[in-house]
Amino acid sequence: MSTEDLRFTKEHEWVRIEGAKAVFGLSDYAQRELGDITFIELPPIGKQVAHFEAYSTVESVKAANDVYAPLSGEVIAVNSVLENAPEKINQSPYDEGWICRIRVADPGETADLMDAAQYEEYTQGLKS
Amino acid sequence: MSFLQQRGGRVTPDTNNLKTTPLADHHRRAGARMVEFAGWLMPVQYAGIIEEHLHTRSKAGLFDTCHMGEFYVRGPHAAKAVDRLVTCRLDNLHNGQARYGFFLNEKGGVVDDLIVFRLAVEEYLLVVNAGTLDKDRAWVEAHLEGDVDFSDESYCTAKLDLQGPASSGVMAAVIGSGSLAMIERFRFRHVLIDGIEVLVSRTGYTGEAGFELFFEAGAAGRIWDRLIDFESVRPVGLGARDTLRLEKGLSLYGHEIDEEHTPLEAGLKRFVHFEKDFIGRDALMKQEREGVARSLKGFVCEGRRSPRHGFEIRRDGEVVGSVTSGVFSPCLKCGIAMGYVNLEGTADGGAMVLTDGKAEIRATIQAPPFV
Repeated sequence: MSTEDLRFTKEHEWVRIEGAKAVFGLSDYAQRELGDITFIELPPIGKQVAHFEAYSTVESVKAANDVYAPLSGEVIAVNSVLENAPEKINQSPYDEGWICRIRVADPGETADLMDAAQYEEYTQGLKS
Repeated sequence: MSFLQQRGGRVTPDTNNLKTTPLADHHRRAGARMVEFAGWLMPVQYAGIIEEHLHTRSKAGLFDTCHMGEFYVRGPHAAKAVDRLVTCRLDNLHNGQARYGFFLNEKGGVVDDLIVFRLAVEEYLLVVNAGTLDKDRAWVEAHLEGDVDFSDESYCTAKLDLQGPASSGVMAAVIGSGSLAMIERFRFRHVLIDGIEVLVSRTGYTGEAGFELFFEAGAAGRIWDRLIDFESVRPVGLGARDTLRLEKGLSLYGHEIDEEHTPLEAGLKRFVHFEKDFIGRDALMKQEREGVARSLKGFVCEGRRSPRHGFEIRRDGEVVGSVTSGVFSPCLKCGIAMGYVNLEGTADGGAMVLTDGKAEIRATIQAPPFV
């Protein structure tokens, strides 16, 4: 799946803007670094998430990590498939492994995010 | 047997950086992710922890455990000297037999856990943990008595673990079913594999049928290649080594057992032989008479969320203990843990909450093994 229309955070979350809404997920780099994902805490519908603040926790076999919101907004849907099959994030990080959909509060916040090319360059830098 | 004479090994202590085993290049070629563990650069995973875990439970996993320590004690007084160091009974240990036990401090706390191999009447091999190697060496040398010769041969000895239900078939093909039949559980033999002298022991750390192989470090690549060529054998990293041992309730030094906890508190009294003298016996006898104030328990969680080392154990909101190890169980598909609790109100089946202040995980006390 193409990542051309996605924006990324330095903490390896992605967001896809869909008009006034947006979808959040974890990047392919993130899922590789985490290894087998065994649990993700899905935010409750209606939760207000804030730009670059933790809104969820993802667990791999060995460890737990915070998940940060790329944009501020209100959670309007979650990918409940992940409750019993969090490995979807490993298998399909940009499609079936999406985490939640929000109503965007401030579209201007996207200016703080990286596009796919910038993110690719950023992760290359992390590997060295 | 010793591998000291057979130079050319490459289990090398790197003074300014991490130590590497002779198999570092093999791991990289196999796609391993390498991490620091106890001062060593070790493979944490290859294909993925869950896949490696399930493969070991159903077929066979091959583990690089070259980082572990091998001490030899030799001489006319070896039997008596080693006997005083370890908690397990040795007077009925025969040549070719191995036994699990502990080094204890004077308080009865665990200096390390180890396996004692009786190689000959006057020759013992002690296999100790990597993270405690320097401490163990100093402790053993300080406490050995009589006419004995101590030799730390960790850096010239390679060790591989082959574990899982298919491991017997693989070993039968490699050493012959006749030799294999003579190696019962917690027994070992010296055999030749492609001309290399190997100590093959039916021991391990996964709760599965399996073997540990000791041989000269220079041959590590050849033995690894020979075993990994079997279709049923895949490389398994330290990540799955930890999940495999925890599902079976096997203690890990630095987590369930350490210098502040005794074998009695850890529920490991069966590896302590009180009818002999050993360092730490007085303190342990006193604890045995008076009873322990805390005890190691197993926990099975309600969901996939997994507790971690250091989580509080709460009952009805009150802190009753602390988690020593916690992971996601690949076989049970839920969190599992071990931890110490106060004894009151913490019987099997008891409902607990395991928490780090953020996550609250409901769990039930259950005696391991969990699978």
